[in-house]
Amino acid sequence: MAEYKKIEQRKKLWEANVLGKVLARFPETRQSFATGSALPLERVYFPEPCDEDHYLENLGFPGEYPFTRGVQPTMYRGRLWTMRQYAGFGTAEESNQRYKFLLEQGQTGLSIAFDLPTQIGYDSDDPLAEGEVGKVGVAIDTLKDMEILFAGIPLDKVSTSMTINAPAAILLAMYIALADKQGVPRDKLQGTIQNDILKEYIARGTYIFPPAPSMRLIHNIFAYCSTEVPNWNTISISGYHIREAGSTAVQEVAFTLADGIEYVRSAIQVGLKVDEFAGRLSFFFNAHNDLFEEVAKFRAARRIWARVMKEKFQARKPASQMLRFHTQTGGSTLTAQQPDNNVVRVTLQALAAVLGGTQSLHTNSREEALALPAEDSVRIALRTQQVIAYESGVTGTVDPLAGSYFVEALTDRVEAEVWAYLDKIEELGGMVRAIEKGYVQKEIQDAAYRTQRQIEAGEQVVVGVNRFTVSEPPPQNLLRVDPALREVQVKKLAEVRKNRNAGRLGETLAALKEGARSPEANLMPLILDCVRAYASLGEICGLLRSEFGEHRETVIL
Amino acid sequence: MAVKKIRILIAKPGLDGHDRGAKYVARALKDAGYEVIYTGIRQTPEAIVKTAIQEDVDFIGLSLLSGAHKELFPRVVELLKDNGAEDITVMGGGIIPGEDIPFLKDKGIQAVFTPGTPIQAVIDFIESRP
Amino acid sequence: MDLVQGVLESRPRAIARAISLVEDEDPEREPLIDALFPHTGRARVWGVTGSSGVGKSTLVDRLIARERRAGGRVAVVCVDPSSPFSGGALLGDRLRMQEHAADPEVFIRSMASRGHLGGVSQATGDAVRVLDAASYDTILVETIGVGQAEIEVVELSDLVLLILMPGLGDEIQVMKAGIMEIGDLFVVNKSDLDGADRLKSEIDYVLGLKNHDPGEENNPVLLVSARRDEGIDELVQASCAWQERLRACGALQERRRKRLEGELRRIFSRKLHALLEVKIELSQKLAAWSQALAAGKATPYALINEELKTFLKERGNP
Repeated sequence: MAEYKKIEQRKKLWEANVLGKVLARFPETRQSFATGSALPLERVYFPEPCDEDHYLENLGFPGEYPFTRGVQPTMYRGRLWTMRQYAGFGTAEESNQRYKFLLEQGQTGLSIAFDLPTQIGYDSDDPLAEGEVGKVGVAIDTLKDMEILFAGIPLDKVSTSMTINAPAAILLAMYIALADKQGVPRDKLQGTIQNDILKEYIARGTYIFPPAPSMRLIHNIFAYCSTEVPNWNTISISGYHIREAGSTAVQEVAFTLADGIEYVRSAIQVGLKVDEFAGRLSFFFNAHNDLFEEVAKFRAARRIWARVMKEKFQARKPASQMLRFHTQTGGSTLTAQQPDNNVVRVTLQALAAVLGGTQSLHTNSREEALALPAEDSVRIALRTQQVIAYESGVTGTVDPLAGSYFVEALTDRVEAEVWAYLDKIEELGGMVRAIEKGYVQKEIQDAAYRTQRQIEAGEQVVVGVNRFTVSEPPPQNLLRVDPALREVQVKKLAEVRKNRNAGRLGETLAALKEGARSPEANLMPLILDCVRAYASLGEICGLLRSEFGEHRETVIL
Repeated sequence: MAVKKIRILIAKPGLDGHDRGAKYVARALKDAGYEVIYTGIRQTPEAIVKTAIQEDVDFIGLSLLSGAHKELFPRVVELLKDNGAEDITVMGGGIIPGEDIPFLKDKGIQAVFTPGTPIQAVIDFIESRP
Repeated sequence: MDLVQGVLESRPRAIARAISLVEDEDPEREPLIDALFPHTGRARVWGVTGSSGVGKSTLVDRLIARERRAGGRVAVVCVDPSSPFSGGALLGDRLRMQEHAADPEVFIRSMASRGHLGGVSQATGDAVRVLDAASYDTILVETIGVGQAEIEVVELSDLVLLILMPGLGDEIQVMKAGIMEIGDLFVVNKSDLDGADRLKSEIDYVLGLKNHDPGEENNPVLLVSARRDEGIDELVQASCAWQERLRACGALQERRRKRLEGELRRIFSRKLHALLEVKIELSQKLAAWSQALAAGKATPYALINEELKTFLKERGNP
C-alpha cells in the first residue's frame, strides 16, 4: 500500500521537535491508552492513503451495500429515529396509562416491558410468580390483559416493540388477535418481537425450552409472518444484554452477528428462502460510554452483516443485507450514587447511537440503578432524545463522523476483531455449539471480571462511585409496584377462566399439543386459536413445556 | 492442620436471570480465600435453604434485580428458622432501593449491598461476624 | 445436638455439620467417625471422574434421577480444587443437580480440595462414611481427573466411572497407561458429537490389549448423552452388573480392605509425624538445621540420621 511519504517525514520531525519536548516536561497520564473495550488508542490519527476503490468497497454510499454509512440514503434528514421508550409495570391498566402519557409527550413508538412470570411463561397465580408479578414489566396472563393494555390505542397508528422471547409466539398471537378485533388489517401491523432465544442462553436467562424446539418456534414465526404479517419485524437479534453482562464492544457485535448467522442458517435449513424472511430481521444494540468506539462499532456491524448476508447466504435483496437496529443506552453504566449524573451519561450514549445511525432509540431514566422510572424521569429521558434531534444539529447530514481518521481506523479495527470471533465460532461448530460449550459465556464473564477489578482498583473511574463521591441521603419518591397487585391480577385471571368456553379451550389446546408433536406443523395458527379461546399464557407454555422440555443452565464459572 | 474455612452460598432467588453481579461476587470471594458455592439462577427459597443446610454455609448471599426482594429475601430467612438454621447469616444485593433496607434488616437480612459497593465492603462484613 | 444420633437419623443439619467437622480436621471428628464406623459399609460408592468439561455433573444429575426413580436414597460429594493462591474455591458442580435440591432423599455436598494434592482427601473418605452411616444407598463422588485425584478416587470407591468425550484429544489420552487402570467403566459422553463412535472403538481396542486373558471380560465402554438423557439406563445397568461381578469374585471386598489399609497407614503416618514434630520440636529445629547446611557445616542425610539416632537413644533403643 502506498504511503504518504511527506506526512511520514514531517511526523518524525514533529515527534522529535514538538512532541518530544512536551513529553520530556509533561509525561502523559498513562503508559498507554485504550478504548472502553481495551482496543489500543494512538496518540493522534493521521490520514491513511486511500484510493477510490477502497472507499467504494468499504464505505460507499448510505442506503447501499455495504451500508457502512447508514441503511437509508437520507437517514435523519428524511425521518428521525423512532423514539421508543421501553415501559411497562404493574397491571395492564397502569401500563396503558403510561403508554398514553408517552405518546402524548411525543414518543413515536411503543415498547412493551413484560414482567418476569410473563417472560418465562408463568401465570400470575403460579407459585413461582411469588413476588415477581408486575415488578419489571406488565403482567399479561390472557388476551383480556392485552385488550386492556392497548385500550384506546389503535394498532394501525402505532408501531409496537415487545420485549418477549421464549413465549414470543404467544404474545404475537395475542397482538394479532387484538388487531383482528379492532378491525385492523394484518398488513398494517408494524412492530417487533425480540424473539432472540440464543442471547437468553448466553446472557439474559429468561429461556423456557431447550434450543431445538425454541428454534422451531422462531422458524414458525418467520414463516407465518412472511405471508400473514409482512410488515412485522420477526426478531430483534440482541447485543444489548450481552454488553450488559459485561462483554466488550467487539464481543457485543461478534456474538450478536453470530446469533444472527445461526438464525439465518437454521431457517434456511428448514426450507425458508433467505430473501423471504431476512428483510424482517432486526437488531438491538447497546449504547455504551466510549463514544467513538460505539460509533465505530455500529458502522462495523453494518458492514460485516452486509458482507455475511451477501457472501455467506447469497441474499440478493438489499433489504436482506441491511442491518437495521434499535439501541438502548447502557443500563449497567448508570449509578445509584448521584443519580442526576446519569442524565449526562445517557445524553452522551444517546448521541453515540445517533451518530452511529440507529433506527430507533430508548434512553434510560436517571434512577435506573434503583427502580423503574417515575413519570418526570421518563420525560427527561425522552427530552434528551428530542434535544439531540432538534437542537444539536447532528441530524443535518448523514454519517457525520465518516472520514475521521480516528473513527475509520477504529471501525476497521473493530471489524477485524469481530471477524476473528466469527471464525472461531464457526470452528466450534456454530453458535449453538459454542454456547453449549460455554465458550461465549466464558469470554463475557472474563471481560466482566476484568472490568470490575479495574473499577474496584480505581483504574477505571466511575464518577460519584470511586471518585468525586459525596455522602447523600437515599433518594425519595421512587416508583413502587403495589404488591397487592398480584391479588388483583389473580382475581382477574380467575374471572377470565370462569367466563371462557371450556369446550372450545379444550379443543384448541388439544390441537396445539398435536401440532407440537408434529415437527412439520406451524404452531402460530394453533397458538392463535388458543389465545382467542382465552387460554392463559401459563396454560399454553405449560403444555409446550411438557412437550418440549425445559432448558437447564450451562454455567461456566 | 487445616484451618476452618468460611463457606458462602451465592444464589439468585426468583425468576431474574441477570447473573453478572452474582458471578462477580462469587469469583471475587473465592479470590479472597472463601469457599463459595454458586447455585445459579431461578432458585426457589426452599432450594436455597436446603442447599445452605447441606453445604453447612456460614453465609447466604442473595442477588436480585427484579424488585421481588421484599417478598423473597424474608422468605429465605423464615425458612432458615423453620429448619433450625437461623444461625446462617443472610446478606442481600442487587437493585434494592435504600428505603427498603430497614424493612429487610428488620426481617433478618443482616446486610444489604447496593450497586457500586466495592467487594471489600462485603469482605469486611464477612470478617466482622464471629 | 448429638451429631452421631443426628447422622444416624439422617437429619440434614447433623450430616452437614459432621462433614464440616471432618473437613476442618477438627479433633472431634475422631470419636465421631469411630462412632459412625459400625454403621457403614452398606452404601455402594461410585466415583465419577474425568477432565473438566466432559459433562460429569450433568451425568451425575441423571444418575440421581434414576436412583430416585428406583426408590433409592442418593448422596453426592463434588470435589473441586481450591485455589493455590487464595486458598478459596468456587464450587459450582451442584448447579447442574439443583433440580434435586428440594428432594429430601438427596444430599449434595460440595468439597474443596483444601491444598491436598490429589483433591480427594481423607476428608472426602470420611464424608462418604458419614453419608453411608446416614443410610444413603448410593453415594456418588465426583472429582476432576487430574493425575493424583484419579488414583485417590479409585481407592475411595467401589467402582469408578471414567467419563470421556470426543474432540478433547482423548484418543491420545486413552493410550496413557494410567487412565486404563483407573476406570471400571468407560463412559463416552456427548455421544451426539462427531468422533464418539471412534473414541469408543479406540478404548475398546486398548482395553483388549490390556486384558491378555481371553477368559477375562473387558471393562464396559458405553456411549451416553447426559444432556439428552440417552444411554443412562444402560449405564446404570452395566455399573450394577459390574459391581455385582466384583463382589462375586471377591474383588470388591479386597478393594475395600485395601482402602482401609491405606487409610490406616495414612492416619498412622500423620499421627506419628505429628507426635514426633512435637517431641523433637521439629519446627524450631528446622531453622537452625537449614542454616547449618547453608553455611556448609552439615550435610542433609548425615544431619537427619544423627538427630534420629540421638532421639532413639533417648528412648532406650539401639
